Amino acid sequence: MFKAWLIFKKDLQQEFRTRYAVNAILLFSVVTLTAVSFSIGAFSADNDILSALLWIILFFSSMSGLSHIFVREEETHTSDTLKLVSPATSVFIGKLFFNLFLLFALEIITVPLFIAVMNLNIVNLSLFILVIFLGSLGLAAGGTIVAAIISKAGAKGALFTILSFPILLPVLISGISATKKAVTEPLISSASSELQALIAYAVVITTASILLFDFVWNE
Amino acid sequence: MIQLKAENISKNFSDFKIFKDISFEVSSGQCLAITGRNGSGKTTLIRVLSRLIQPSSGKLSVSENAAIIQKENIYKYIGLIGPYLELYQDLTAQENLVFFARMKELKNYEDRVARLMEMIGLKGREHDLVKTYSSGMKQRLKYVAALLAEPEILFVDEPRSNLDEQGIETVYQIFEEQKKDNMLILATNDSDDLQFADMRVDLNV
Repeated sequence: MFKAWLIFKKDLQQEFRTRYAVNAILLFSVVTLTAVSFSIGAFSADNDILSALLWIILFFSSMSGLSHIFVREEETHTSDTLKLVSPATSVFIGKLFFNLFLLFALEIITVPLFIAVMNLNIVNLSLFILVIFLGSLGLAAGGTIVAAIISKAGAKGALFTILSFPILLPVLISGISATKKAVTEPLISSASSELQALIAYAVVITTASILLFDFVWNE
Repeated sequence: MIQLKAENISKNFSDFKIFKDISFEVSSGQCLAITGRNGSGKTTLIRVLSRLIQPSSGKLSVSENAAIIQKENIYKYIGLIGPYLELYQDLTAQENLVFFARMKELKNYEDRVARLMEMIGLKGREHDLVKTYSSGMKQRLKYVAALLAEPEILFVDEPRSNLDEQGIETVYQIFEEQKKDNMLILATNDSDDLQFADMRVDLNV
């Protein structure tokens, strides 16, 4: 775990200096949010549509930035250097921490902005925060393993979104449904099945990714 | 005592054969030179031996006092310098070295970092970003990074790459030091480098 922490710290240090992923992800989310607010217009969309729009913005924004973590290692020829100093599991966990950090940073800015611009009324704030948190775990874990897979391919950008979509679809569906309940239902128990699905997805995809990563990283 | 043993190792990329049936045995205190014309597979063989890629067939083992070292622990024993291995350009030299030292679980590495930086001629440039270094300085820094953990096996692909005369002299001192107790594996075409070799694998044959 200590090595994963060192890799996370190293990636964070690089990101603060270059801001490749942060710039891509934040600009994409702000531009999309602006485009959506102009197209739909405030006060005219109901909660079902707004919940779906929030997750679509989060999904596509994360698609623009989550792959950087492995693509950068390949493009700067540092992946072999990293292989020489670290076991594969530490690399995956370190990169997963970084993508989680990136997603949370994105959400801290994008979600309040979305709520304000789109005039989203949240009935159950704690459920809303829980759904965003669990959804982010799933998005980050799925996005990280797909990023590792596509980093060695030619058309990385297009492949990342295409491969990620079917893998992350359960997070999107459960996230949208649970968000819809957070804005309409006062009780957390109303979204228990969606929360279970989000937790199960995060656990399964993280475990499967850790088990498969050695093969992806070293082949 | 470390031993590296290759038995009939071959490597193909799809149907393209890179090398076939290479066998040798090297121990601590010895230097193996891998020679061959451009494109003969020297770099691929170094990458296979350092476990960055798998051989297509054959058996490769590293043992310490006759006990086989597991593949997932090999990285603790090796240092590798090659043109295809880059350091983190957006970090300073010091940050790179501290990262590698901590990843290799080294204790009290500060003195060794300072000593190696002085020996290689980079003292005073520790806090500069690696991207501001010249290619020769980057090559020198790769030597420092590889030597930090005093590796039992040091792989060097194209040892003289981008180095000036003074740099080559320093590198030769490193080779002499490495050969005293540890293993050195060079991929080179330069006849001067072959003075260190105790055995040779010629990929032209």
